[in-house]
Amino acid sequence: MAKISIQDLKKIKEKEKTRMFLREGSFRAKITVHMGTCGIAAGAREVMTTLRDVIAERELTDVILTNSGCAGLCAKEPMMTVELADQPPVKYVSLDKNKALRIFNEHVLEGRAVEDYALARGSETVAT
Amino acid sequence: MCASPYYRMQFMMCAGTGCMASGSIEVKDALEKELAKRNLQDEVQIIMTGCNGFCAMGPLVVVYPEGIFYNQVKPEHAPVIVEEHVLKGRIVEKLLFKEEMAKDRVPLMKDIGFFSLQRLIVLRNRGLIDAENIDEYIARDGYAALAKVLTEMTPEEVIEEVKKSGLRGRGGGGFPAGLKWEECRRYESFPKYTICNGDEGDPGAFMDRSVMEGDPHSVLEGMAISGYAIGASYGYIYVRAEYPLAIQRLQKAIEDARDYGLLGKDILGKGFDFDIEIYPGAGAFVCGESTALMYSIEGKRGMPRIKPPRSAEKGLHNQPTNLNNVETFANLNPLILNGGDWFASIGTEGSKGTKVFALTGAINNVGLVEVPMGTSLKSLIFDIGGGIPKKRKFKAAQIGGPSGGCIPNGMEEVAIDYESLLGVGAMMGSGGVVIMDDATCMVDTARFFTNFSVDESCGKCVPCREGLKVMYDKLTDIVEGRGQEGDVEFLEQIGHHVNNTSHCGLGKSAANPVLSTIRYFRHEYDAHIRDKHCPALVCPDLIDFVVIEDKCKMCGMCHRNCPSSAIIWEKKTVARIDLDKCTKCRTCITNCRFGAIR
Repeated sequence: MAKISIQDLKKIKEKEKTRMFLREGSFRAKITVHMGTCGIAAGAREVMTTLRDVIAERELTDVILTNSGCAGLCAKEPMMTVELADQPPVKYVSLDKNKALRIFNEHVLEGRAVEDYALARGSETVAT
Repeated sequence: MCASPYYRMQFMMCAGTGCMASGSIEVKDALEKELAKRNLQDEVQIIMTGCNGFCAMGPLVVVYPEGIFYNQVKPEHAPVIVEEHVLKGRIVEKLLFKEEMAKDRVPLMKDIGFFSLQRLIVLRNRGLIDAENIDEYIARDGYAALAKVLTEMTPEEVIEEVKKSGLRGRGGGGFPAGLKWEECRRYESFPKYTICNGDEGDPGAFMDRSVMEGDPHSVLEGMAISGYAIGASYGYIYVRAEYPLAIQRLQKAIEDARDYGLLGKDILGKGFDFDIEIYPGAGAFVCGESTALMYSIEGKRGMPRIKPPRSAEKGLHNQPTNLNNVETFANLNPLILNGGDWFASIGTEGSKGTKVFALTGAINNVGLVEVPMGTSLKSLIFDIGGGIPKKRKFKAAQIGGPSGGCIPNGMEEVAIDYESLLGVGAMMGSGGVVIMDDATCMVDTARFFTNFSVDESCGKCVPCREGLKVMYDKLTDIVEGRGQEGDVEFLEQIGHHVNNTSHCGLGKSAANPVLSTIRYFRHEYDAHIRDKHCPALVCPDLIDFVVIEDKCKMCGMCHRNCPSSAIIWEKKTVARIDLDKCTKCRTCITNCRFGAIR
């Protein structure tokens, strides 16, 4: 990576936004597995590898799988957030390999949120 | 607004930051152009309004007088809006807001207290970025504050902005950050240093860990801004060794930032040099004290020193040094981008901004919460925390860890800000909040925290080194049944002595758990001493291990779970504990739903 200028900061922001924010890019769905120490301790790595494997198996190219740090509600880890391009994100809690697979099949592939494992729909209130 | 020309229709368009970012100005321009093309500019008025909150669906256009709400409007929609809605009076269906979520029963974020009552500044990126990807941090305005500072502000102006914001140190001291930077800037002796305190020694606190793991660049950016302000070109992040993931993420972040030239020489081509190094701690709580921390970085034993001179004048390697907590640094990007006045608009008179708390203990929603200063403890426990599990009752909240005090049931209305907490004998500390229910013994809790301080005392001061041990031994006597009349007064006397005559923050506050539990739970101490009984049924030596016959519902749970087969029970009989076999493990007590064992 070369040293960047201030204009580059803006360019990186624009480019990355199309990748991160579904509305502006070409992906259909984004799955974020929350992997802070709490999540990892509770088993998030297994959830992550399960999803990675099933996406690879089906050779999907329009689904982003990524991770983030702690989502805040440590009591309900492992957690993941599923966002489809035309819906607000849904946070799923207390996951394991099997729940993650069911959510993948029903929500990511068929567009229906799995109520049994969902905590909430929407995004957090950022104060700025 | 002028009376003429007479408008028959108005477009209220959101010009809040969110919609502007998603292109509301371009939409406005397109609409204006289209209206002018059709000569309708005197019939339709476009008004730019402030943010209405529905940012996720912007750009927004609300058409009056009907009040039709169009969302996610793009410039290319302008012709169809003008043609269909303005000229033909037909609503453009595809731009209407659809109530998708009403179809299933997943609750909305805004209806869940845990999320809706938080206001994220420090944790603004939580759950949203890959911590090892610098581009994602930049996509959410990362390093834009550093860019602004280097291009538009002098160091003095940066300091003024931080002073204006009222940002106080988030590590527990609560000293105004702007004043600290200002003082450090004054000293003309180079090199200067800026240090991030990521030791987070309080048991139960993990706010800093979460920021370092989940948003490491926010710390780096904050440190670079502080370096620019005070005139330092090198910084250290002191991270406790027990946080390997944090160290790994920070290290990756530093390398990526260096690759982009956001750390190192001539940052962003603005002639500012600044680099950072991680220094792992080695397990000593006292090394979270700033002067001890600096000695630790120098390779010396971590022991606090006398001040003056303050570290701002002579700190690391005897040079002017600024030290701030992780959370303090993480506040800087939004503070600079939105301004000190914006920051000061959140919180209370004396405590501005938000605070991150690690909510743990007997609470349903264990986790990290960020709330505006001034939020009540009650709101934190019940609305955000979801209340106490297993239908137990709230007994006390320990705030501030081993340096803090407890706030008992009945005082939940207290506002969480620096002054209010001091007023009730507690302290903000770094933000660890341990909620205790009625199955917690306050004497045992005080003993636990005192034991921690005894272990962690550096040993330099007699009151701290000896006094805390004496207090611990006395508390041990009390919980093991050897308490005597006068012990509480003795603890108070020694406690005040330790607090008043210890040198550093550890000693100065180490007696707080004992003093505040005595203040609010004197009856519990008295029960331990006079009745040789622990009301919360925690201290094994002060429990009779006898079944209360009229409370026993003959369910047999105690008998089934006893690991020593010490309980005699048959169906339809009251249980009886055989004290010869009983090992006082308390399994029966935790399993009995009827409180039938004393």
